[in-house]
Amino acid sequence: MGLLDRQFNNSNVIITSMENLLNWARLSSLWQMQFGLACCAIEMMAAAASHYDFDRFGVIPRATPRQSDVMIVAGTVTLKMASRIKRLYDQMSEPRYVVSMGSCSNCGGPYWEHGYHVLKGVDRVIPVDVYVPGCPPRPEALMEGIIKLQEKIRRETLVRKSA
Amino acid sequence: MTFPEIARKLQDAFGDAVVEVKSEGVPDPHVKIAPGRIHDIAAALHGDPDLRFDYLMCLSGVDHGRETLGVVYHLASMTHRHKLTLKTDLPAADPKIPTVSDLWPTANWHEREAWDMFGIKFENHPDLRRILLPEDYPGHPLRKDFKVPEFYNGMKVPY
Repeated sequence: MGLLDRQFNNSNVIITSMENLLNWARLSSLWQMQFGLACCAIEMMAAAASHYDFDRFGVIPRATPRQSDVMIVAGTVTLKMASRIKRLYDQMSEPRYVVSMGSCSNCGGPYWEHGYHVLKGVDRVIPVDVYVPGCPPRPEALMEGIIKLQEKIRRETLVRKSA
Repeated sequence: MTFPEIARKLQDAFGDAVVEVKSEGVPDPHVKIAPGRIHDIAAALHGDPDLRFDYLMCLSGVDHGRETLGVVYHLASMTHRHKLTLKTDLPAADPKIPTVSDLWPTANWHEREAWDMFGIKFENHPDLRRILLPEDYPGHPLRKDFKVPEFYNGMKVPY
């Protein structure tokens, strides 16, 4: 049973735990940090547009880290960009989550050997919650990643941050 | 004008500054010139009404190995519909060549890229900074002797 484990008939009262309520609130409005780095960003934009409609998961792009809950790192993280990503992540308020989208951001992708300018995985500078494989991943794959993140948040407790 | 006519005209005007004219056995006929004279030759190619090379299609840096770098200029004339390729060789120890960015403003960013990737210094360039890599990046990565640094600003670079 999830949030509505006890419901009184013919009444407006719902009883649940604080944890469930907070987790439900958090996972239902994952505002995303609005930025894209490479071709993955095109798929991310497609996912946010009307056909795949990320809005139905409560994922809305925000133009400032202060209002964002989740950072979707969509694309190749160059060394030049890595320090900016770190700074943006630091500016996000907790609880904050990171989805690493695509091979480049997961592990360096095609630049793993000769990419003198590419960070081999964004997890070298910020902690990642969900890795979405693909080059680039289709919008469905990114959606799966968001759903995985929601599952992770649903299991969070007040005493311990699991995601 | 055809390539032999342009090459002949350059040889007549600049003599020893034209090191080599090569049109046989290469896909791209080119004129190799002394790097120190590039600005004079470029100004002539740009200004001469019969040549009128008003368009710099591409300026590239090259590492030939064996301690030799190079700069390649692909020129075209919108007016006369002819093209020309200029090549220069530079010593890898101290690669210096005058800028042509005052003649073709396109060259400004192309020369910055050649500086960024190969460390070729373009003398009298108005703003010779790195264009792609961060300012504090160690070395020029398209050089054949370049080794990827182990760390950059505390971030591990190799896989």
